[in-house]
Amino acid sequence: MPRELPGRSMTKSYAPILVILGVSILNAVGMVVASHVLNPSRPTPQKSMPYESGMIPLGDTRARFSVKFYMVAISFIVFDLETIFLIPWAVRARELGWGPFVAVFLFVVVLAVGLVYEWKKGGLEWD
Amino acid sequence: MNHFSTFWFVVIGAIKVLAVFTVLMVVVAYMTFAERRVSAFIQDRLGPNRVGPQGLLQPIADGIKNILKEETMPATASKFYFLLGPALAITPALVTFAVIPFAAPLPTPWGTVDMIVADVPIGVLYILALSSLGVYGLVLGGWASNNKYAFLGGLRASAQMVSYEVALGLSLVAVLLLSGNVTLTEVVAKQQALEFWFVFPLSLAFIFFMVSAFAETNRLPFDMPEAESELVTGYHTEYSAMKFSMFFIAEYAHVVTASALMATLFFGGWDVPFWTGDDMFYHQGALIRGFDAAGAPIPATPTVLVTLLTLASFCAKTAFFLLLFIWVRWTLPRFRYDQVMHLGWKVLLPAALIYIMLVAGTMLVLDQLGVPFGFRYGLALTGVSGLATLAFLFVADRDRIIGGAHKKRAGRRLPAETSAS
Repeated sequence: MPRELPGRSMTKSYAPILVILGVSILNAVGMVVASHVLNPSRPTPQKSMPYESGMIPLGDTRARFSVKFYMVAISFIVFDLETIFLIPWAVRARELGWGPFVAVFLFVVVLAVGLVYEWKKGGLEWD
Repeated sequence: MNHFSTFWFVVIGAIKVLAVFTVLMVVVAYMTFAERRVSAFIQDRLGPNRVGPQGLLQPIADGIKNILKEETMPATASKFYFLLGPALAITPALVTFAVIPFAAPLPTPWGTVDMIVADVPIGVLYILALSSLGVYGLVLGGWASNNKYAFLGGLRASAQMVSYEVALGLSLVAVLLLSGNVTLTEVVAKQQALEFWFVFPLSLAFIFFMVSAFAETNRLPFDMPEAESELVTGYHTEYSAMKFSMFFIAEYAHVVTASALMATLFFGGWDVPFWTGDDMFYHQGALIRGFDAAGAPIPATPTVLVTLLTLASFCAKTAFFLLLFIWVRWTLPRFRYDQVMHLGWKVLLPAALIYIMLVAGTMLVLDQLGVPFGFRYGLALTGVSGLATLAFLFVADRDRIIGGAHKKRAGRRLPAETSAS
């Protein structure tokens, strides 16, 4: 594998990513600027009104929304972190053997209990 | 390609970055065209066929139109974030492709060039990180528009992408178990060593990955963030002309990357099926073909022909998944939002956790039995995974699709049938 080479430096493996990131950002900025320069702008009060099926917009857009979205975000953090904890074990699972396997199994079970609790409490229900 | 001098490293690196970026943009442009032509074919229409031969110049005409059209912005929108939204959506979508190997190493007079933009040691983690950044553009665009439809679309996008990222990450854990490394070059090498594409020994992980990839790219049947029958067009309701097409480019770039990932992780990447002539990987800095009976490495001889063949193989596999993305979009109806969240949290998440434990346990048992990593190892895992897949499909079906059709036919008989029997 290339990264096992003694002379392989951090710069050489990550530099192309910075370059392609730079190209992509330039491309994105270029698209916004180019369309701003090239296209005509003739705003009227009707055009600059938020679209609400042709009606005059009613009430505030920044309204309160369902607490379910927050629940999903919190559950996501728990299980995404679980994934991140599983990855280091996964790449070395065969060398590590049965001991860590049991440990990971217990870790998964603990979080699965949390999932079952949330499930039974109705935290995953959408109506 | 470490033995290059800095000068050649910069030149070759720049060529690869520009080539990959250009090809990606062209493929994205022609995906919009392919989508319209294939959908027309599926619905027995003609589709756009007027601009150029068979309409092949249509993407160029669309591009020119979009850059010259007037753009509107709601007077009440947050101006800066309204502009930032599409830019933030498009950037990570185009960068993710950098770590995917697209062909076998190419021999040049200056040394062997790896056919990958950046073979970073964090491979899969980089993809997880970058692909999840895409959600910010959608949410920010939806919020900054100050439009109720756009706001709801942005909210839905955030909840949905966040939910399926868990399932996506867990299906990748199963791949990492078998590959033992997070770089994608190593994932390809391990599939050659196992003599099995990972889709067979990890069949259930592939199903989870594919479903999650459809949800992550907001494609039908998971296009809740832009459900036009409910939210006009969701998060990009207020966007027009070039900024609208930037959201579109981002979506298709994610589709292309997801297709390339499915090909790389589960279908052998650039590996040509049933041919060992293309097997080559790095071992302690040297490109080798494998090991002889005594365990000594056999050096590989990369040729231009092998590089071209493997490139063709990779493109064919990616093209198949691109076609699948279009095919599914024009075949399946949209889910309800509660069904989307139900599938993500109550089906894919627990099933993926159980599956990871099953694969890890099976691999440890096989190691205990002393089965060498090769054909028989893959065969045993294929058997276990196949049974798990059958069990999963049986439970997930709940007598609706596979069993249901049969039961419905038995229950609702036509009058003629009843009188005859």
